[in-house]
Amino acid sequence: MKSFSGKALSWKLADGTIELTLDRARCNEIGSITLGELEQFIAALEALKADEARALIISSSRAEGFCAGADLRELFERSQAMAPRERVSGVRDFLERIHRVMNAIDAAPLTTIAAVHGVTFGGGFELALTCDLIVADKMARFCFPELRLGLIPGFGGIPRLKRDIGNAVVRDLLLTGRSINATKAQSAGLVSQVTAEGDALRVARSTAAQINKFDARTAAEAKRFIKPVPHEDLRREIDIFCDLFTRPAVEAGLRKFVESTDALPYLP
Amino acid sequence: MNGIDKTTDEILQLAATHFKVPREKLRADDDFFKTLGINSLQALDLLTRLEQHFRIELPDYELQGVTDFRTLAERIQSRL
Repeated sequence: MKSFSGKALSWKLADGTIELTLDRARCNEIGSITLGELEQFIAALEALKADEARALIISSSRAEGFCAGADLRELFERSQAMAPRERVSGVRDFLERIHRVMNAIDAAPLTTIAAVHGVTFGGGFELALTCDLIVADKMARFCFPELRLGLIPGFGGIPRLKRDIGNAVVRDLLLTGRSINATKAQSAGLVSQVTAEGDALRVARSTAAQINKFDARTAAEAKRFIKPVPHEDLRREIDIFCDLFTRPAVEAGLRKFVESTDALPYLP
Repeated sequence: MNGIDKTTDEILQLAATHFKVPREKLRADDDFFKTLGINSLQALDLLTRLEQHFRIELPDYELQGVTDFRTLAERIQSRL
């Protein structure tokens, strides 16, 4: 487990804290490369001995932000190369795999912290939501833009958001597709701490140092008691996503995004 | 200076400082994407700074079709 350096991310374990750093141009879009390396990370995490790590920090080294979500370009190009029936099984396979990763982080027996800045959109937002705590740079923005593509978030975002905060805020984010800043996200109960610009990782490390003072077994039991993984809703989300995926509106939405030369593809 | 002019001026000042463009080169009717040379990610960054500066919430869909500083100021003014 000690360390790994891949094409899309790296990790290292030191002093009881694992730091997982996303680093793939342009803004850590999650496609097959990132997914494969996340699966390697989960395998390494599950092979850890008890008490070897008590905290996990997930952050990004990209200036643009934490993560802009799924790699829509790859999704579009791969689905174009497939017959319609294969498209659904292809996307379902990807979703099953990413859900296994997200569920493993969500339920990991150590305290997890997302240190986010800038763009934290779609699948990136969903990755942050798997963590126990979100520490946000004051310039972070959170958004679920999926409805403009004719889809719903597919990496477990809605069930986790529904678990963590009030349903009215969930509806606002989901049904308008608008982005909110870190202060708003904190007032909604989503973000645990807002930091000065460029300070999220430092604060996350300081929080991890605090977590490392506690008994690992007790912290894991406390987490298991208070943070159930919403498996039933997560299964339903995959089914709804796959149901929606082959509609022409989705293909048109993805094509528009991928082929856009507009200066505004990230604005809902 | 009336409310809208003051708001426009504050936006121009903030944009000039953050994107390192001389303030005197920015005008209220400028297309801020072109004048500042920014993309959509940087526009979101500007939106966050404006929300913080004016202590407002401005849904990004309200910026659809908005490209000049004065119209941006009007959108902000309606939230003050």
